[in-house]
This record gives sequence, structure tokens and C-alpha cells, in this order.
Amino acid sequence: MSKSLNLYGGVGVGLVALLTGAYNFADRNVTPMPSDAPKMAAEADTDFMLIAAAQASDAAADGKFGLGRPALPEEVAAWNLDVAPDGTGLPVGSGSVEDGEMLFSENCAVCHGEFAEGVGNWPKLAGGEGTLADKDPLKTVGSYWPYLSTVWDYVHRSMPFGAAQTLSNDEVYAITAYILFSNYLVDDDFVLSNENFLEVEMPNADGFIVDDREEAEKHFWTAEPCMENCKDSVEITMRAAVLDVTPEEEGAADEAAAEPTAATEETQTATAEPAQEAAAEETPAAEATPAAASIDTALAEEGENVFKKCKACHQVGEGATNKTGPVLNGVIGAKLAHVEDFRYSKTIVEMGESGMVWDEANLSAFLAKPRDFISGTKMSFAGLRKEDDIKAVIEYLKTFP
Amino acid sequence: MTASFKGKTPSRRAFLKGSIAAGGAVFGASAAKAAEPDPLITEVQDWATGLGDGVDATPYGLPIKYESDVIRRNVEWLTADTISSINFTPIHALDGTITPQGCAFERHHSGAIELRKEDYRLMINGLVDTPLVFTYEDLERFPRENHVYFCECAANTGMEWAGAQLNGAQFTHGMIHNMEYTGVPLRTLLNEAGVQTEGKWVYVEGADASSNGRSIPLEKALDDVLVAFKANGEALRKEHGYPVRLVVPGWEGNMWVKWLRRVEVTTQAIQSREETSKYTDTLANGTSRKWTWVMDAKSVVTSPSPQSPIKHGHGPLVITGLAWSGRGAITGVDVSLDGGINWQPARLAQPGTAKALTRFYLDVEWNGEEMFLQSRARDETGYVQPSKAQLREVRGENSIYHNNCIQTWWVKPNGEAENVEVS
Repeated sequence: MSKSLNLYGGVGVGLVALLTGAYNFADRNVTPMPSDAPKMAAEADTDFMLIAAAQASDAAADGKFGLGRPALPEEVAAWNLDVAPDGTGLPVGSGSVEDGEMLFSENCAVCHGEFAEGVGNWPKLAGGEGTLADKDPLKTVGSYWPYLSTVWDYVHRSMPFGAAQTLSNDEVYAITAYILFSNYLVDDDFVLSNENFLEVEMPNADGFIVDDREEAEKHFWTAEPCMENCKDSVEITMRAAVLDVTPEEEGAADEAAAEPTAATEETQTATAEPAQEAAAEETPAAEATPAAASIDTALAEEGENVFKKCKACHQVGEGATNKTGPVLNGVIGAKLAHVEDFRYSKTIVEMGESGMVWDEANLSAFLAKPRDFISGTKMSFAGLRKEDDIKAVIEYLKTFP
Repeated sequence: MTASFKGKTPSRRAFLKGSIAAGGAVFGASAAKAAEPDPLITEVQDWATGLGDGVDATPYGLPIKYESDVIRRNVEWLTADTISSINFTPIHALDGTITPQGCAFERHHSGAIELRKEDYRLMINGLVDTPLVFTYEDLERFPRENHVYFCECAANTGMEWAGAQLNGAQFTHGMIHNMEYTGVPLRTLLNEAGVQTEGKWVYVEGADASSNGRSIPLEKALDDVLVAFKANGEALRKEHGYPVRLVVPGWEGNMWVKWLRRVEVTTQAIQSREETSKYTDTLANGTSRKWTWVMDAKSVVTSPSPQSPIKHGHGPLVITGLAWSGRGAITGVDVSLDGGINWQPARLAQPGTAKALTRFYLDVEWNGEEMFLQSRARDETGYVQPSKAQLREVRGENSIYHNNCIQTWWVKPNGEAENVEVS
């Protein structure tokens, strides 16, 4: 919340007060200002006793230590960004659904889907109305979030993932408007601003109650629980082994004890980037010019499926154009940043200029961990986790020479 | 940091391979007389004749390689990306109560950042007389305290609401750790800035890209909340918020903001994403509880358990586990071998202390009987850990968070254990 105005009052007065404060603080660490002197001297003797008392009795200490320095208004303004449900902290600005749609596509769709429907395990932001009492509720901004301020605040401070705090206030208004639109809460010509912000009604605003466990679960405070013959019989009603979703332990105890050698240790120390390493090993650099290489059509077909994850930003084939990401025709074997009219990040351009090409090894490494391979890449996609997916999508890209 | 996994059941395959299949003759024979002299005793071993590592071989030591399986583990299908994810403490393989930092679970929203002490700043602002900025060095000059507290993610056991799902105490109950923290009470810092009378809440926020922030009632902030910079005697690990994190004793882990950079005194709860869309508990009727901060009393048998089967055959068996309560000290733990028909009090290794893990033991003779092992914690407020059925009765199955139900391990005659639900 932006309290700096309240705290510092008028600019002129505030500045004087602030400078005095700063002087006081800087000075107090060495010799207290005369006006403070009696108080400080009195406190000095009792500080230790107060703290000892605080530790012993858990009571709040009264003494101050003169540590730290006053925060400057600019500093408070830079960090004090949170927005409360009543609009406290909301800056002046506005943004339309129309602008939001474009911004969302560029910045959010890679994880949240073009229509805020979510990609894979990433959060769905739209839909789910009326499902909260279902077996599997779908909790989205529209179906669950009680306050619009939370949406604005979260997008503003924490999104996009990997590029937080890069959106302007107006862009945040626009994206928030688009998320509302994708939940059918506003029309397509809606413009959200600080003026009309509190007028937006969130469907689940009344869907919350304050923790009532001490009342609703009073019967759990039974003090003397049953110790003998507490029920007649015991039958198994569900088994985890049937469901079978537990990760397998590659370095399980018995194996580790039996063969405490390289294999086990590697499993645990070298898995940070398994896909990248494996891909690099398995892909000879000689395959850098794939034009003549035969294409595994079955694998390429699998790759087409994987490429759905990329489609939000990248186009291939006839008539493909640059979207959020560059067109990918002919990318295999091309130098990095090969599409002339696309605005790449500085790093990838430099890498391309240094002669680096998209051979399979480089592309595999990039697709496994984009941000590691090209620091500062604009591609917000987190990477393909499965080595097989990487191979398949590369094979698919080969079909667009 | 974490091992990667493909496939399914953890212990069964390893267990069969290591113990039953290979060591069938050993199983059940621990009390038998040795037929042959043990070469480990009768022959001079390499380690008894040669030399070991010098003192500086590992300036900062890691566990010996034979313990390399005692590590944090991730459940990949839970989250979309390890950057915003959680892993699990190997509680099945630990004993005592203090969790070593190196295997204490991690939960990040935008990854574990590297923030130098020199670059660290903590701001106190909002409804205070003087908004202040502290450096790391400043924090070290305030009187500090030491406390042991557990930190449990509200989603611990969250995958088990609808049924027995994950086969291992690490996965069902491993979103918890317990450390001795060194730090400055938050009230000391708030007092330094001077809280104004309108202040009713504090909003605490981290320095990482997620800006994870939570609202905490001022009363709690002035009570036992700690601004911590050491854990178990050494600096916090990067993954736990180095150089400074918030410790909110007894309350859900999400509030223990890492890389703490700001404490704002406010009149109202901010209703951030993490206290509205997440960390709210949806009941069967679709209404959701919010501000469910306190972690209820809970316990789990850590061994035997699916990842820690009985391998030593019949005879003396140590049943052990952990109990804790966010409302105060554990006063007792009962253990059932028959799925909750009969209970017997376990032995507490130490008297329970408030908002910290308590270790319990039950020493029994086991002769291959099938067991339905359960533990039930009691705390000083009179709260008794409920069964899953009791919890579902009030909360339904969609709560996600705050599942503190009694856990059942089905221990089979061969010593193997499985996560099950019983009637």
C-alpha cells in the first residue's frame, strides 16, 4: 500500500521532517541529539534489563536500539507495491480487454493458454464456475478468487514467470481486464482503470469464511481419547500401491548399499540438467547439417504433437510468420537468431554472430533449459522436460527445411 | 539437489531386490547362532590396516556416500516446473528431531535466489512512526534468541485427502522440517520503527521474483515471530531463504517468508494471491475457509514405513515417528498396531516442546504379524489428532491443505509396508 504520502504529508514539510529524522538516526548511533539525550541515557541502563525481561516473560521490549536508518520515500515507493481489496495502493492507470488480449498472448499464454485455459500443469485462470462443491473443483480467477485486487497485485509484482515486474501499470490493467473477459465477467469493449476497479464484482467474493476450526471441530478436543476396543473391525478400503503414482527411487537404499559406486552417486549429483547432458552426448555434432539426413516420420509425427506447446508463440510451414516467437522454418542448421526481421534478445544475436548454429546438440540443450542456454532469452517457456519430446520436436522441425 | 525419478512404487522393488530376494536366509535369522566365523571380524579389513582421509579432505562435509539415498525427493507430476515446486524431507530415514538443513524440504515460487548479505535490506514501513531500513549487519546487533520450531507446508499430506496415494512417509508427510533458529524477534524490529495504534496487521514479503507475501495479525507478529538468520547453528541455506527468513511458529510454512525484505504495518489483510487463491481450504459445500494459519496436532510413524520396511526379521522392533502441534506442546502419542482398535502410549524421547517436533518410540516384539500401524498425537490444548474419516466429515475431500489425519501403514508378514486407508 502506498502510505508514503500519508507518512510524509506535504512535500516541503515532509522533506524537512525526513532530513531531521535522518540526521537524528545517523547521529544517534554515536552521540544522541541533545533533545534525545536524557531519554536515551535513561534507556541505556535499562535496555539490558528490558531485554532480559522480554526473553524471560515473552513481553514486548520498550527500548529502542537506534539501529537501522529511516527509509527514504523513494525506497518505500519502490517496494511498497501491494494492493489491498479496498483499492489502497492501486496506481492511476487503465487498460482495455483488447490490449490485454495481445499482451496476454505475448506474456502469459505460454503457460496459461491463449484463452487463460491453462497449459499442462500450469494454472488455469478461466472457467470452473459452479464447480467449487464438485468432486474436483476448478479454482480460477472467475470461479474462486474473491478480490480483483489480488489479480492486479499478483500480475504486477510476480508475473510473468521469469520476468516479474516488467509490465507497466497500464499493461497490468489490460491483462487483468482480459482475464476478466476470459471469465465472461466483462464485455470485449471493457476498459479497466483505477476509477472503475472497485465496481467489478467477483463471483466468489462471498465464498469465504474465517477459520472456524475451534467451533466446527470442537469435538477434536476430546482430551481423553479411546484406548481399547475403539471399533469392531478394520478393513483396508484403499491402497496406495493400486493407484501407483509414487516416484520410484533410483538410488534406493538397498541398491546404494549394494553398489555405492558411480551409478548411484551420479543419479543424485548430476541430475540438474539430465536432458541437456544426455542430449548433448547422444547427438553428434556431425548431424549439424540435416538437410540430407533422412527423417524419421513416426518420430516427426510425435513431434507435431509436442509442438502444440510451442504453437502459442511459433509458426512453421507455408505462410508462417513471426508471432511472439520467430518463425521456425529452416531453423535446423541455421545460425542462432536466423530470422532477420525478428527482434531477438541481445545474447542470442551475439551467439549467432559468433558462428553458433542450431545443430541438434544446441537445440536440445536450449529446449531442455532455455534460460540456462541463453541467459536473457525472451522465450518464457520453461523447457521440455522429456528427452523424447525434445528429440521428437527436433525431428518435426526438420520437416520444415 | 533432488534426484529425478521415473516410474512408480519406491520401496517395493528395491526392497525385494535388497532384502527378501537376496537375503531370504538372513531374514528371520538374526537371533540364530552364527554358523561360520564372520570374516569382518576374523580377517583384517582394509580400513583397519590402511589410512583414511586427511582432515581437509572435505572442508565442509557431506554425509558419507553410503547415505546417499537420504535425500530430498520431488514428485514430478505435482507441479508444472521445479522452479515453482516443492520437494520432501526424507523423514523415513531420519531420527531425533532436528532436520539437517541439507535434506530439509524446499518450496519455491520463483526458484531459490542467491542474495548476498551485503545486498540484503529489510524495510519496515506502513503505519509506523519511522519507516526504517536495516542491513544484515544491523540485524546482528539486536539481542537475539534461539528457538526450535517445526515448519510444515499447509499442503503436507494434501495428496491424501481423497485416498491413499503416495507410498512413503517422505511423500505423505515430508513437507516438514524442524530446526533451531537464531534470530531477532519481529516485535523488536517493529518496536524500533514504532507501530501506530491503527496498525492491526503486518504484511510480510520476500525479495525473490514471486514477491511471496502474507498478512499476519499484529498480535502474532508481536508474539513469537522471529526474523531468523541462522538455522541449526549455521547460516540459512539458499533454499531456505539465505540470508534472512521469517519464522512464524506453529503456522503454515507459506507464511515463513524467505529472503524477507519488507514488513508493512497495515489496517487490513492484503489478501494476496497466497492467502486467497491458495492456502484457503474448500469445504464440501464449496465454501472455503480462509486464514487457517495454525497447523493442527499431527503425527506419523516414520519407521517402519513403505520406504523403511522391516528387514531384520522377528524379535525386537523399534517403531518410531514424529509428532507436532502448532497450538503448543505434544503431551502424548498413542500407537495402534491394529488399525485403531486398541492404542498404547508411545514413549516420548523428550518431553514435547511448543511448536516443535517430538520424537516418539514404541519398542515391541514383532513375530511377523500383519500390522496396521497408526499414531495419534495429543497436544497441550486437549486436541486429539483425528482420523481421516473424522476430518472428511467436517471438511470434505477438496480441502487440499491442513490434512492432519491419522496415517495407516499396512506392515505385511515379510516386513514390507504400504500406505493404506482402513475402515
